[in-house]
Amino acid sequence: MIQARTVKGLAKGLALAAAFVLPAFAASSSGPAPAFQLSGRGGKAIDLSQYRGQVVMINFWATWCGPCRQEMPLLEDIYKKYKPMGFTMLGVNVEPDSKAAEAWLAKQKPVSFPIAFDTESKVSKMYKVAGMPSTVFVDRKGNIRIMHKGYKPGDENIYLTQIRSMLKE
Amino acid sequence: MSSYLASTRVSRFFIKYLVVGATLAAALLPGARAGVLPEDRADLLYFRYDGGGVTINGPSMLVRKSIGEHVSVAANYYVDMVSSASVDVETSASPYDDERTQSSLSVDFLHGKSTYSLGYVNSDESDYQAKTMFASVSHDMFGDLTTISFAYKRGQNDVFRNVKIGGVKVNDPTFAEEMESKSFSVGISQIITKNLILSGQYEVITDEGFLRSPYRSVRFFIDPVSQGQQPEQYPNTRSSNAASIRAKYFLPYRAAIDTMYRFYTDTWGVIGHTGEVGYVHPLDNAKWGGSWIFEGRVRYYMQTNPADFYMDIFPRADFANFMARDKELATYNAITAGVGATYEFKIERFPWLTKGQINLRYDYMTVNYDDFRDARFSLGSFGVPPPEPFAPGTEPLYKLNANIIQFYVSAFF
Amino acid sequence: MRIRGWFVVIALAVGSVGCSSIEPWVKPYDRENLADPIMAFTRAPISQDFLDHVFESREGSRGATGGGGGGCGCN
Repeated sequence: MIQARTVKGLAKGLALAAAFVLPAFAASSSGPAPAFQLSGRGGKAIDLSQYRGQVVMINFWATWCGPCRQEMPLLEDIYKKYKPMGFTMLGVNVEPDSKAAEAWLAKQKPVSFPIAFDTESKVSKMYKVAGMPSTVFVDRKGNIRIMHKGYKPGDENIYLTQIRSMLKE
Repeated sequence: MSSYLASTRVSRFFIKYLVVGATLAAALLPGARAGVLPEDRADLLYFRYDGGGVTINGPSMLVRKSIGEHVSVAANYYVDMVSSASVDVETSASPYDDERTQSSLSVDFLHGKSTYSLGYVNSDESDYQAKTMFASVSHDMFGDLTTISFAYKRGQNDVFRNVKIGGVKVNDPTFAEEMESKSFSVGISQIITKNLILSGQYEVITDEGFLRSPYRSVRFFIDPVSQGQQPEQYPNTRSSNAASIRAKYFLPYRAAIDTMYRFYTDTWGVIGHTGEVGYVHPLDNAKWGGSWIFEGRVRYYMQTNPADFYMDIFPRADFANFMARDKELATYNAITAGVGATYEFKIERFPWLTKGQINLRYDYMTVNYDDFRDARFSLGSFGVPPPEPFAPGTEPLYKLNANIIQFYVSAFF
Repeated sequence: MRIRGWFVVIALAVGSVGCSSIEPWVKPYDRENLADPIMAFTRAPISQDFLDHVFESREGSRGATGGGGGGCGCN
């Protein structure tokens, strides 16, 4: 027979555990992806609205973030594979000094997808970036579907699943 | 407060189910959180301590490697080669050489925002064997701005005594003692601004068993001009509390300044204050080549209260149940100043080497004792009396200076 | 000791329920300086362990020498 105090204790325990765990869910957002214009590599202007109609994967990254660096070559592969199908990768670097990021990019295997420099963290704030890296999936209509926090090897499978289903729309 | 908790059975079940609840929740949300394992690295150190008649040198080797995404293993092998003619040894024994070997193994397991660590240390020398086990948990919270940690350490030590039989150093078969040490610590680390981090720690250590040196003697007045010696007598428990706070601040031109303070007190009456200030200055792509990191550090230690049963010279033999003459338990202050230089490099031919470092560090330590006298002025050195012996208790206060050099190479992969 | 340990766990759990609504005031994208290797409390554990050992064997004080946290807070 399950005692009352057992149930009470279990309920209290789960409630407290939920306090640790629930904030993770707050990371998903929805609604229209906030518009922005930023400077890109070589001073070129980058505007999110120019990609309307395509599936956009926005990746917030920094050179000082290990998992971000680890993820970069995989993002390039994904970009090259799905670009012909109406997909674009958009890297948003969050460092105050864009020159440092450009210097780092110059030393890596070439990254061909557009990279924008959010030197004043305006876009990071708009998207409520809650972890580094953060990846936002925006559909063809310009709405945010999923926000993924962090990167661990194997996460690229989550990305591919999401991209494929969004491309079908 | 503690009796309230003890009497309320609800609290105990509450905690039990918190653990069950948390485990369930963690299982339901794979990857809801993730922390970061420590970096993979290998370090090889050569050190040399020279001071107060004691020379200790040796190698230390550390390798840390992660296995998969959740586990990191570290192993350390360390050898102390001691050549001792310290002031205590000079006034009561003959110089000795000894070697201490220490090996340790630890495992870190990362699960969500928590890291669980388990480790074992084994230390061996001809007259002392120490086995220590430690376990700790650390957890990131509040948007990774706060880290809390708990650690438990337990040591089991065997104490022997060396004697010379026929010119050969062996363990005295009639002497075998034990001591046990337990420690519990709580730590909290808090990011204050994007340039400032604060960290605090509180540690309780309890020792039980044979706590003195088998070799050291205390001295006492036989009469105003002559002294005798007898073995030390220590209590068989010692319980200590230490609380420290440290801060590190990032300077806008890319450098870091840090400071720490520790307060220590124990049941033997010892009170110690430790303060340290450090400065780290990196120099990337210096005009004269390469990537450098320079470091300077000053540490001040004040032992303001000696052990209750410590005296440089006791009024008479068998003065008290407990008597000590270990200068470690005396009243003194010590200043240690250090400088270090690190050269950082990458090798094109070895892309798996994220970075390599060559490091050199020099520290100079000076200790001034307020109530420990240099008994060589009355007792002589290694049984050879001094030409003009001082009366006991009138010898100059002892001073110690030491040079500490470290040369180490680190590889990150 | 057992009771004190439980008390700490309870206090932290209760505290974190009330505080889970506090937004981190240093955002993840502002962690650049904290992630810098020079900001680590201990840059070389092998060297720090040796020095801690030197001081502990010469002084009456022991304990509370650790320090962690900070870093990039990634993932």
